[in-house]
Amino acid sequence: MSTMTSPILRPANPASERSSRRLSRRLHASGRMLIGGGVLALIVLTCLLTLPLTLDAPGQDHKHPAGPLYFDRQTPYLSRVGPHFDRAQYERASGLPQDPVDSSLAGRISLWFGTDTHGRSLLGRCLLGGVISLTIGIAAAAISVVLGVAVGLLAGYRGGWIDSLLMRSVDILYGLPYILLVVLFKIALEPRLGKIGLGPRAANLVVLFLAIGLVSWLTMARVIRGQVLSLRSLPFIEACRAAGLGEWRIFTRHLLPNLIGPISVYATLTVPQAILQESFLSFLGIGVQPPIPTWGLLASEGLIPGLNSIHHYWYMLIAPCALLSVTLLSLNFLGDGLRDVFDPKREAAKI
Amino acid sequence: MGRFIATRLLQFPLILAIIYLTTFFLVWIAPGDPFTRTDKKVNEAVIKATKERLHAQSWYQFLGHYPVMMLKGDLGPSLTYEEWSVTKIVGDALPVSVTLGVFAMTVAVIVGVGIGALAAVRRGGPFDWFSLSVALVGISLPSFVSASVLFAIFCSQFKIFPIGTWGSPRDLVLPGLALSLAPMAYIARLTRVAMIDVLSSDFIRTARAKGLSRSLIIWKHALKNAFLPVLSYLGPAAAATLTGSFVVEKVFNIPGLGQHFVNSVLNRDQTLILGTVMIYSVFLLALNLLVDVAYAFIDPRIDVTAKA
Repeated sequence: MSTMTSPILRPANPASERSSRRLSRRLHASGRMLIGGGVLALIVLTCLLTLPLTLDAPGQDHKHPAGPLYFDRQTPYLSRVGPHFDRAQYERASGLPQDPVDSSLAGRISLWFGTDTHGRSLLGRCLLGGVISLTIGIAAAAISVVLGVAVGLLAGYRGGWIDSLLMRSVDILYGLPYILLVVLFKIALEPRLGKIGLGPRAANLVVLFLAIGLVSWLTMARVIRGQVLSLRSLPFIEACRAAGLGEWRIFTRHLLPNLIGPISVYATLTVPQAILQESFLSFLGIGVQPPIPTWGLLASEGLIPGLNSIHHYWYMLIAPCALLSVTLLSLNFLGDGLRDVFDPKREAAKI
Repeated sequence: MGRFIATRLLQFPLILAIIYLTTFFLVWIAPGDPFTRTDKKVNEAVIKATKERLHAQSWYQFLGHYPVMMLKGDLGPSLTYEEWSVTKIVGDALPVSVTLGVFAMTVAVIVGVGIGALAAVRRGGPFDWFSLSVALVGISLPSFVSASVLFAIFCSQFKIFPIGTWGSPRDLVLPGLALSLAPMAYIARLTRVAMIDVLSSDFIRTARAKGLSRSLIIWKHALKNAFLPVLSYLGPAAAATLTGSFVVEKVFNIPGLGQHFVNSVLNRDQTLILGTVMIYSVFLLALNLLVDVAYAFIDPRIDVTAKA
């Protein structure tokens, strides 16, 4: 025990040790942020830069002579990869047309993750799925920032009956199962969006963005309200009021800059939550509709045949799940790091 | 204390009434009539009889009558599962979910607190890093993936646990484990942060100076104080776990309540939605009250009766 530096045996903190430990904490946090941010940037850039390829249209296959977009296109039968493709059986069956095998570099790279049950390239679907999953996460975070900050600011600053009304509504929304809210938003909004000229696929995506965003602002509102409550009582806000500044000016110029820390922290933590919620909705079959892929949908596609039939499609799980976990991990790293850097209260408490 | 519990209990009906009203209007304003089915045609006479039984000739009659039925313990007939009453559906499924949920939460608290406390004591060491990474993966993996992977490994591949049965304690292990992963990861993180705070406080140093053994300090005095943030997380987490998880029930084929939360909404089964939401709210309120009471027992300095 004597060799181990026990926190219990730690001496009282002299000032020098305090500042050096704060520095090391910051470095620790920024190291985590760097890892999280770097991995995240790599994934986001890869998904975005390959967008022209995954949405590429000109090809043909024997099922879709018009040529579906790349992510929905079936690769030639002979080049499909996966334990369930019985090549010998295919070669015995003479009725099928002999597809030419795509031996170009891009064609070979597209088979890195194998092909799914319909023979589509999993790599292509994972890349486009990443774009959509991340957009859902960012849209939800944006909505939760706007709504949560507005409600939190208003409730915390005005206090009184406005505060009680807003916060009790938040409590009640917390009490309702979130799946109920999402599904009801979908039922209520989807036909209306169809009427104003959005296609069914676009309407489906927009409704999901809105529905997930509209149920994920509750935590943000609570956190911001708490922060505003403590800011409101500080002398500088009182000075602003005494100087006769308008409420809007106090909000935007004096309160908001002091809230950047918690806002950015909870926004980064909302993104992974929204992505997970979308994956759950896709698993239920009420999320993004196929053939549009998201990571959650791809994972559930790998799962359901694997559970119900004798074939094992486990390999279809690996790529989307790994991408999902790595992205969520790096977002959590980023958010935790931000929290350690920005949140002065936590830092004070730990020293 | 008794007065505090009494006032909270008196607030229950008011909060439940608001949740009831909100759910009712959310379901009723959604387009489409809950009494007609999209998948098949229902006999006019059947609809009329159901409406009569629920006093649902108009929405305000139903709104007023349903709470009276609920107080009598009758949640009405299910609108999708013919011949089934909501009381019977919930009555059959709830014990299953509660059994599984209690097991899962027990595992989550014991393992999560243990890992979190050890990580805090060995802060910065390999065990700390290992547990932190495992906890982050636990939070990052969608529940349907972790549940299915457990199923694939232990049921399909190695056949250690039986597939799709329910009734013996053996059937509890895997679904319970799958259900406990996410709260376990969360509890471990909460415990770790709180424990680091507590270990550097003065009373720990005093206890050490008095000559108390290290393990006694960590596992009794420090942990008791570090448990508070975990406790406030436990209220909502336990309410969610005890009322069942759709994913775990689907993967392991368990007749629990979680499936009804999702299916009732998808089927727009008005009575079943109201029934499940009210059950969930009662659990949430009761467990939050329990947590507030437990606060006072763990830390006598906390005065739950004080006004915020």
